[in-house]
Amino acid sequence: MNAILAIIRRDLLLAMRRKSEVLTAVFFFVIVTSLFPLGIGPESALLKKIAPGVLWVAALLATMLGLQRMFAPDHHDGTLEQMLLSPTPLGLLVGGKIAAHWLLSGLPLVLLAPVLGLQFDLDAGALGVLMLALLLGTPLLSLIGAIGAALTLGLRGGGVLLSLLVLPLYVPALIFGAGAVEAHVSGLGAGGHLSLLAALLALAIFFAPWATTAALRIALE
Amino acid sequence: MNENKLVHWFKYASPQSFYPLAGKMIPWFWALTAVFGIAGLWISFFVAPTDAQQGEGYRIIFIHVPTSWMSMFIYIVLACWAGLGLALNTRLSGMMAQALAPTGALMAFLSLWTGAFWGKPMWGTWWVWDARLTSELILLFLYLGFIALQAAIDDPRRADKAGAILALVGVVNVPIIYFSVKWWNTLHQGSSVSMTKSPSMATTMLWGMLLMALCFWMYSIAVALMRVRAIILEREAHTEWVKLLDEVKS
Amino acid sequence: MLTAHGLTCVRGERRLFAGLDLAVGPGEWLHVRGENGAGKTSLLRLLVGLMMPAEGEIRWDGTPVAKLTDEYRRQMLFLGHHGAVKEELTTLENLHFAAALDGAELPEREALAALHRFGLRGREELPVRFLSAGQKRRVLLARLVTRKAKLWVLDEPFTALDVKAVDMLSALIGEHLAAGGMAVLTSHQAMPIAGGRVLQL
Repeated sequence: MNAILAIIRRDLLLAMRRKSEVLTAVFFFVIVTSLFPLGIGPESALLKKIAPGVLWVAALLATMLGLQRMFAPDHHDGTLEQMLLSPTPLGLLVGGKIAAHWLLSGLPLVLLAPVLGLQFDLDAGALGVLMLALLLGTPLLSLIGAIGAALTLGLRGGGVLLSLLVLPLYVPALIFGAGAVEAHVSGLGAGGHLSLLAALLALAIFFAPWATTAALRIALE
Repeated sequence: MNENKLVHWFKYASPQSFYPLAGKMIPWFWALTAVFGIAGLWISFFVAPTDAQQGEGYRIIFIHVPTSWMSMFIYIVLACWAGLGLALNTRLSGMMAQALAPTGALMAFLSLWTGAFWGKPMWGTWWVWDARLTSELILLFLYLGFIALQAAIDDPRRADKAGAILALVGVVNVPIIYFSVKWWNTLHQGSSVSMTKSPSMATTMLWGMLLMALCFWMYSIAVALMRVRAIILEREAHTEWVKLLDEVKS
Repeated sequence: MLTAHGLTCVRGERRLFAGLDLAVGPGEWLHVRGENGAGKTSLLRLLVGLMMPAEGEIRWDGTPVAKLTDEYRRQMLFLGHHGAVKEELTTLENLHFAAALDGAELPEREALAALHRFGLRGREELPVRFLSAGQKRRVLLARLVTRKAKLWVLDEPFTALDVKAVDMLSALIGEHLAAGGMAVLTSHQAMPIAGGRVLQL
């Protein structure tokens, strides 16, 4: 347990000393969502309709930005080797890395989303559902993304390849996440979507660290 | 260590003994492809009656449905080979997975293409966001991701293993993706037409589809075997037995 | 006691070495030599368990290492080409993180003492980025002291060290061996430590 906390603390500390990386992803999220009304027009009924989709797609892309650097620096300076040789199981350490990634690139989006949702004229209830959906969905993105990041570690054109591998796997998160807000707006209630999202999250917490660990071992062999 | 014991069981798991075996099997599968193909096409063009509502255009489902089946089935087979390769560390498994991927991608692509061809006369549009078509599109992306990942890795052993993990992750996700897309589709019912309401299936049509499915099946096996033979030659080029092969010497 | 029997290493399509036997007992050290590309680093990675041998077996106190990963990892320390030192963290933070990863407690006093011993006094709170290449390697030496491992596996530990640091490291290894430790190292130069055996690849 200590080792996991140490990894989370270290990754947060590193991010604090390299602020630009974290901020880039957050600004990306803000800018992309703000561009949509400019491309589509200020009609509030239409904006309200596309808001969940736009916010979710922007969140997917923003978390992708940080994924590439999830393991690459540790791979580069040999820390990853030490992690493999640690008496703490690699799966737990990887869990710490994923948690740190979420804290740095998922949580800011959850907190920012309501502010951006105002741009799209969403009401308070919808904003609440949006936040809740992102709260359940962004850890899922970090977990699935970790598999892709481990598989493409140290490869040529890793970044583009990473998005090709990971984005199709993000489809269910996108559908249930954006669907939750839509269902709420149309009066159907978001409960079903949110519980499915939670189920997917539980499944991913179980399997993703395992797959990531296997992929890391292969990458380092 | 485990490997040594298993060698007796999986005699043909070694590329060296599989190579000639595959060579012997390939003509048979081609022959079966031709037989099933001719029979299937004959039924689908001449025996199956013209559909009352859809006219002659519906006949494209004799290609569309079997290719959709195959694209999904091949992904499962690919994932099985991949899992086998990871579990038993056999080299042939990875090669089989690698050989199957392009055929699977081709099937997914054909399924989408024929789906579009079917959609144009039926619904007046090339593309509908139907649950099956959308899942098929994502399946195609999964195939492309698999192929791209393997192509990006130079060391074939690492490529096999990394691809295997991706295939296993993918195969867990395929049903999730399918159901999520279906769910999404029912929520937005107004905007699309469902393909599930296909014309009530006559027995002759079912036969035609089955024969065509068998034809594609045999074709996939034949092509995958040919490809795996090429992969074996490429990867084992430095070994003695490959240098002694007639086709390599000449 | 570290023993290996019949090790064969295959990288890609190339066989680096085959049928290699080695044994390192308490107080002994092994000097792995060979040309570039002979497989020195690969051998070390096999020994620590980062790679699986194509054939052969590695044992720690008679038990195959594959069976006692946790225990083996607790007693073994591997330093590769890359020192696993984070440029943005201070020397002290680096030591603490490394210890946490090893699952060991590292009292502040001990960490400071180690840094001082290798001439890093006054640089405890300095990000490693601001240190010279030689000083960065000294952070690793501090790690050797703070980590109580029986077996040291060091890949090119003497590169980028000045004369004084080479002496320090030699003394350190000498102490480690005298206390019943073991070491496996690769190095191009002859080493000023007694009692070593040379393994030529």
